[in-house]
Amino acid sequence: MSFVLPRRTALLSAAATLAAPAAIAQEGPIRIGEINSYSAQPAFLAPYRNAWALIQHEVNAAGGINGRRIETVFRDDAGKPEDAVRHAGELLNNERVHILAGGFLSNVGLALSDFANQNRRLFVASEPLTDALVWSRGNRYTYRLRCSTYMQAAMLVEEAAKLPPMRWATVAPNYEYGQSAVRWFKELLLRAKPGTTFVAEQFPAQGRIDAGATVQALASANPQAIFNVTFATDLTNFVRQGTTRGLFEGRTVVSMLTGEPEYLGPLGDEAPEGWIVTGYPVADIQNPGHVRFRDAYRARFNELPKLGSIVGADTVTAIAAMLRKTGSTETEHMVDGMSGLTYSGAFGEAESEFRALDHQATMGAYVGKTGLRDGRGVMLNWRYCDGKNYLPTDDVVRSMRPQG
Amino acid sequence: MENLLVQGLSGLATASSLFLVASGLTVIFGVTRIVNFAHGSLYMLGAYLSWTLVTQLPRGHLGFWGGVALAALIVGVVGVLIEVLLLRRIYKAPELFQLLATFGVVLIVQDVALLIWGPQDLLGPRAPGLRGATMVLGVRFPLYELFLIAVGPVVLALLWLLFNRTRWGTLVRAATADREMVGALGVNQRALFTTVFFLGSVLAGLGGALQIPRESVNLQMDLVVIVEAFVVVVVGGLGSLPGAFLAALLIGELQAFGILIFPRITLVLAFLVMAVVLVIRPHGLLGRAPSTAHAAAAPEPPYLPASPWRRWAGLGLLLLAVIVPPFLGDYALIVFTEIAIMMLFAASLHFIMGPGGMASFGHAAYFGFGAYGAALLVRHFAAPMELGLLAAPFMAGLGGLVFGFFCVRLSGVYAAMLTLAFAQIAWSTAFQWVEMTGGDNGILGVWPSAWAQSKLVFYYLSLALCVGAVMLLRRAIFAPFGYALRAGRDSPLRAEAIGMDGFRIRWFAFILAAVAAGIAGGLFAYSKGSVFPTYMSISRSVDGLLMVLLGGVKTVSGPIAGALAYTWLHEQLMRAFDLWRLFLGIIILALVLFFPQGLAGALGRREGRS
Amino acid sequence: MTLEVRDLHKSFGGVQAVSGVSLSVAAGELLALIGPNGAGKSTCFNMLNGQLRPDRGSVKLRGQEITGLAPRRIWRMGVGRTFQITATFGSMTVLENVQMALLSHARRLYDIWNPVSKQDPARAMALLDRVGMAGQAARPCGVLAYGDLKRVELAVALANDPSLLLMDEPTAGMAPAERVALMELAARIAREGGIAVLFTEHDMDVVFAHADRILVLDRGKPIAEGLPAEVRRDARVREVYLGTGATHGYS
Repeated sequence: MSFVLPRRTALLSAAATLAAPAAIAQEGPIRIGEINSYSAQPAFLAPYRNAWALIQHEVNAAGGINGRRIETVFRDDAGKPEDAVRHAGELLNNERVHILAGGFLSNVGLALSDFANQNRRLFVASEPLTDALVWSRGNRYTYRLRCSTYMQAAMLVEEAAKLPPMRWATVAPNYEYGQSAVRWFKELLLRAKPGTTFVAEQFPAQGRIDAGATVQALASANPQAIFNVTFATDLTNFVRQGTTRGLFEGRTVVSMLTGEPEYLGPLGDEAPEGWIVTGYPVADIQNPGHVRFRDAYRARFNELPKLGSIVGADTVTAIAAMLRKTGSTETEHMVDGMSGLTYSGAFGEAESEFRALDHQATMGAYVGKTGLRDGRGVMLNWRYCDGKNYLPTDDVVRSMRPQG
Repeated sequence: MENLLVQGLSGLATASSLFLVASGLTVIFGVTRIVNFAHGSLYMLGAYLSWTLVTQLPRGHLGFWGGVALAALIVGVVGVLIEVLLLRRIYKAPELFQLLATFGVVLIVQDVALLIWGPQDLLGPRAPGLRGATMVLGVRFPLYELFLIAVGPVVLALLWLLFNRTRWGTLVRAATADREMVGALGVNQRALFTTVFFLGSVLAGLGGALQIPRESVNLQMDLVVIVEAFVVVVVGGLGSLPGAFLAALLIGELQAFGILIFPRITLVLAFLVMAVVLVIRPHGLLGRAPSTAHAAAAPEPPYLPASPWRRWAGLGLLLLAVIVPPFLGDYALIVFTEIAIMMLFAASLHFIMGPGGMASFGHAAYFGFGAYGAALLVRHFAAPMELGLLAAPFMAGLGGLVFGFFCVRLSGVYAAMLTLAFAQIAWSTAFQWVEMTGGDNGILGVWPSAWAQSKLVFYYLSLALCVGAVMLLRRAIFAPFGYALRAGRDSPLRAEAIGMDGFRIRWFAFILAAVAAGIAGGLFAYSKGSVFPTYMSISRSVDGLLMVLLGGVKTVSGPIAGALAYTWLHEQLMRAFDLWRLFLGIIILALVLFFPQGLAGALGRREGRS
Repeated sequence: MTLEVRDLHKSFGGVQAVSGVSLSVAAGELLALIGPNGAGKSTCFNMLNGQLRPDRGSVKLRGQEITGLAPRRIWRMGVGRTFQITATFGSMTVLENVQMALLSHARRLYDIWNPVSKQDPARAMALLDRVGMAGQAARPCGVLAYGDLKRVELAVALANDPSLLLMDEPTAGMAPAERVALMELAARIAREGGIAVLFTEHDMDVVFAHADRILVLDRGKPIAEGLPAEVRRDARVREVYLGTGATHGYS
């Protein structure tokens, strides 16, 4: 197992940790404060943190940023936004970090984003998918790396619209991510293919799906196609019940995130075949940039990277690129530097850009069909969907994002 | 029609799974009266162990079923270890104190499972011979689900035989009905408790192990299942096996059919059921009122006014809290502010738990009402902080008024679980009423007014309000009202016989506690700048409970000490270690074993001796 | 008459626990309610103090109907009581126990500001003095000897200047010497204060020594009523009760 264990064992004394340390000299290392739900979401975040360490090591080995090393202080928010905000305060005031980064859960991302805005600090959100982060609640100090709920839904709608089914059912976890994925999917599909009907929707509680009843409820509506947003444990249980009960036979299934190794891996030889999914065909991407990353990751951690690894790696890469570009750790410079920043990510595909318009990076995702190879789930016939092609028009974005 | 019947069948399979875990929990509770939070951890261990065994043993019937049985037995041994090494030492501690210890076990098991099995979900093999499906009414139905449907009643029948046809079972039933009597009969209580713990743990382990053919094994199973299991146990009636079975059926079926009509009800359905059942039947479906005839419990210790030593210590602490912060950095102020808020939160919970004798598993609701009361005004009316801080206790008091009306009629764990049900209903309202509350994405931009923007000013504001409110609560405890509350706890019979309306007194206390928690919640909202449903989640309620128990429920200064210790420990460990849960769990166990009367209780004892 | 009870009936699931009990107690009078176990004494008692609602019949306190009122209401109308198994507030001192009754009487229970310790203890001390417990006023009730607890209960019961005192087995669980002392105390207080007393009792020495009149129940029905000497002579009483009295502690 390759789980990074603690390196920092701080003194448990109030004086040592609560008193503010002397200001760090300008020429010291550049410090990033990284906050994530490590104890709540270890499956995604352990590989994330591994890759973070890997890329940071590479940047520093290559001489750092103009001779300054990058350092990261990691904090676990345990899935609670209120803890994340407290850590953010600590990282800024005690650890004197220059940049805040991280976030897996949408609400943690939003809390940190609002905190960054209030305290005028740069926050690079890595994983939170919620559209609100860059649109309805976007702000000057927040940038987001990962392609959002909207973008991934749009990628899948593009495929779904090509297919014959007109009667759809949806199943999604019962929280903001699931609900907005379903909402966008419906809206975009109806636009692309008027006349589409949605005959059933299920919203199982996140992490607590009653899979048998959910599958049965969907089957009763007899849809021609299913749009799935469940992931992780819920996905596994849903697939097992659905397969045994024949829910997927003769039906098209379009599914968010299912092609990510985090979620496809645990399904083993029970991975569904023929689903249209977004994901990451880690073993099959042979472009030089990705191969280099994959080899380096495997050499250090003795396993293939996961999607979390890509997100972790790209966050560090993007921050390093910004620092090289601006040559400053002054917040306003860095914030301006993020705007329009381009970087080459670990996918090894086209460069991504942090759009000046809404601070969303154009990092894409792979869309393909699931299949089985040697008793493991893989993505077949995949292609890279560049994020920049799956965003609303600039006018629409402006109308959603507070301007000024 | 066929579809509906099959839907009902799916509900039966869920019900069976629920019953398996709940049966162990209810047996343990019935005899030992321990609210065993670690039951979910035992379930999770059962699932992980059976995954390991089944994948390691040769494939086939023996490998699979042998693995499942072995896993359940190993979990049984783990349960015995927990009982012998930990719980046995603290049976004499105040009620619910054992909950603290089992929570320590939960934390430890979470990190240990992560270390052993890694962060990824694990999918076990399907059961040999039960892989496929069969046609039921023309609809395909998994064989394994049919098997599960049968397991529930079979286990119920076996347990019935065990409890009704063996001497041991008779003793267990007697102990469930009247614990003191069994002690008086000269039965070896230790052996009885240990064996009961073994049986309960085996059932938990079996429940987990039998899930591997249908669900992936993961690190969240413990908390998911413990809450559901408690709901089933309480709805059925504590200690009643048929009750648990009936409750599992009810919840499983309502869940299966509920999602056909209201797909979004999944978050709250079980709690709605629990609330309705407890309001109508205060002891669950098949539970009985606990016998009070032999309730010769040790009398509660009196609340003594603070000794001079303590008064000085408290004053010194307050002086430090006023003088030192200007010399500290902003982060220290953030932590100090949070500690002050948590002290008030814990003190408000203690107010109903200590003098009132009513435990609450859902006190975070009022904390959350306060936070939302403030945040909603900000969001919808752009109200200033001053108004928001006024709205917070008002909103929380209103919540306490409504929920308290039902909760204070119940007693013991039933009352506590009803508070949990209401808290979960409030939580899911905040979570799902997106137009009003912003849903799980919360309400942002809840920042203090300009004059209180500085961390130092806000800290002083929080300190003033929290210390003020805590002192008021303390004053109330030593005033006639606090005495009347204690009177109702000490002897409801006598209280009624001297003209006290116990219901109204408890209700009023509940509202007061809610108001105080609301002040804490309002301050918390402005200190964080945002409000989320997590503010009223189960884990915050549990945090409050841990603070009160850690500090000592039987002393007035207990919650202060508990909040200080817990918030500080939590904050320090979380920053210092990735495996902070493991360390926190170990420290909690150490504190539980060394200070069974709580931190403040221990201080008081030392003082008394010197 | 302070207490007038007419034709009280109560049954539990078809079993007639009390049927047709009528009695009356005058101010300053002590009436003993006796009978073998299961005779319906406790049921009868609990209907008078409001813990049970009678199926039929009426209970009047100084002419006022109190049938079916809650115990706390009945207390407010001037009925004090003690319990068979003492019920006091174990986490409070002897003084505070009495003070709580006084505060309740003064309707000051919802005061969340003034400390109980600052209340004037004079009246509570006076009550404790009457029952001989003034010396132990500062001790927690949780640690008292049983006989002392009974005295505290008596003081608490007297706190609202009752016109009627209901005492359920006042001497149960006490040593013989204590029994006599307690009953003498209760009788003196009742006679001095003009308080009507209704008590149940197993100890026949206590009953015959202190009761002004005695009502005997058997299987829920009154079988005899009168002065102690009359009751002692009554054939039916001897038959159903005293004759088999060995099992009930009559010596």
